[in-house]
Amino acid sequence: MTTATKDQLTERVITALVEFGEEPENVKPESRFEDLDIDSLDLVELSQVIEDEYGVEITDKDMDQIVTVQDVVDFVVARQS
Amino acid sequence: MSRRVAITGVGAVTPLGVGAGALSERWEAGESGIDDGLGRCSEFEPTDHLTRRQVRRTDRFTQLALVAAGEAIAQAGLDQAPYDRAEIGSVMGTGIGGLSTIESEHILLREKGQRAVSPHCVPQMMANSAAGALAIEHELRGQCYGTVSACAAGAHAIGAAARMVEHGDAIACVAGGSEAAITDLATAAFAEMGATSPTGISRPFDRRRDGFVMGEGAAVLVLEDAETAELRGAEILGYLAGYGSTADAHHMTAPEPSGEGAARAIRKALADAEVEPGDLTYVNAHGTSTPLNDRSETEALKTALGEHAGTVPTSSTKSAIGHLLGAAGAVEAVATLGALRAKVAPPTLNLEEPDEDLDLDYVPLECKELPLNGHPAVGISNSFGFGGHNVVLCIEAAA
Repeated sequence: MTTATKDQLTERVITALVEFGEEPENVKPESRFEDLDIDSLDLVELSQVIEDEYGVEITDKDMDQIVTVQDVVDFVVARQS
Repeated sequence: MSRRVAITGVGAVTPLGVGAGALSERWEAGESGIDDGLGRCSEFEPTDHLTRRQVRRTDRFTQLALVAAGEAIAQAGLDQAPYDRAEIGSVMGTGIGGLSTIESEHILLREKGQRAVSPHCVPQMMANSAAGALAIEHELRGQCYGTVSACAAGAHAIGAAARMVEHGDAIACVAGGSEAAITDLATAAFAEMGATSPTGISRPFDRRRDGFVMGEGAAVLVLEDAETAELRGAEILGYLAGYGSTADAHHMTAPEPSGEGAARAIRKALADAEVEPGDLTYVNAHGTSTPLNDRSETEALKTALGEHAGTVPTSSTKSAIGHLLGAAGAVEAVATLGALRAKVAPPTLNLEEPDEDLDLDYVPLECKELPLNGHPAVGISNSFGFGGHNVVLCIEAAA
């Protein structure tokens, strides 16, 4: 497990969403998942990536509060500290 | 209510290439898609046809189905059809479903635990996901389901779709089969039960035949109420004229030796099509290259067709592409239509040494012209599956 900076986390989340099939130019920190082609199963997969690589668990309940790419990054940063 | 069922589009991805044309033309030319004892779709690159997102979220059997369906639907012009999408169904057969997904996710579970299992695993592995994916991709809002009857599944899907259209439950139905089961587990399992060929050669009806060669692929047909298709100006390629389906009720994997159940299915399909045995111009055999099938199928043809069995050209697509399991019936329906439209019987490859009592005209090694003498080109395609399923489709080429 590594403690990541905000920039590193942002880059990792964006990379994951692009791997899921989203076009790179569409994904910005302020992007809302509902505006991207990202559904609830993709978000579960994203939470698996984060738990695996950063040791931070994001529950379904946590996910309810997460709307944008930035929200994910902020959530992980807060839990890491 | 009974309507005539037209075929307005066909598509295929097979070991002979991407496209229904590649399947028919290369098979007629005597080419084989089998390499190193397997019938892989080696010319199929999913990302050439599908988005990255589609590829990442689907099993290979669904990818093959999507591409075959795209071809069929484009040919039929179904995306522009002037009727409600709720009037279009989608029925897809498979023997197993997303087997490579099941195997790879099971390895992740064993090695890394539950949290490593993909949330996309279930929608990828389920056997109905090809039918669902086609409906989503093309907005087909009529009846939608998968058929599961091993190596008869693709033919069952087409039969069910034909009944749907005949009965008026849908104006059109996209139907076929897909399979991508050349995996570690399936190849081991088929080998251990003695079903696959240890020599890796598909030679149906040859006395040296020693099992089938595994293949993968998909084929899809667009079946459509003939009157509606004519009204909208669609080109009619042919007709799904008859369907017969029975069970052996004999053994889970061995065919009933006399072929009685298969013969009943042949008779039912012919009666449904109002075709006499003497009117048949071509038989696309199940012809697996297993010792048991090729013998019992020959018996079934003799029982059902009588004296005509010996004269109607009968060949096996599996000699060129291997056994595509749940896709086989659909691929062979497309191949049958292609042969009837070209007025040729494509060859049974590798048939060099006839077996005792297997004495039909199996069209060995080279294709031959169908002796039509002005009559319509009408054929049957046989599909039999583990579980004792027998399905026969009667197909007529458009004049």
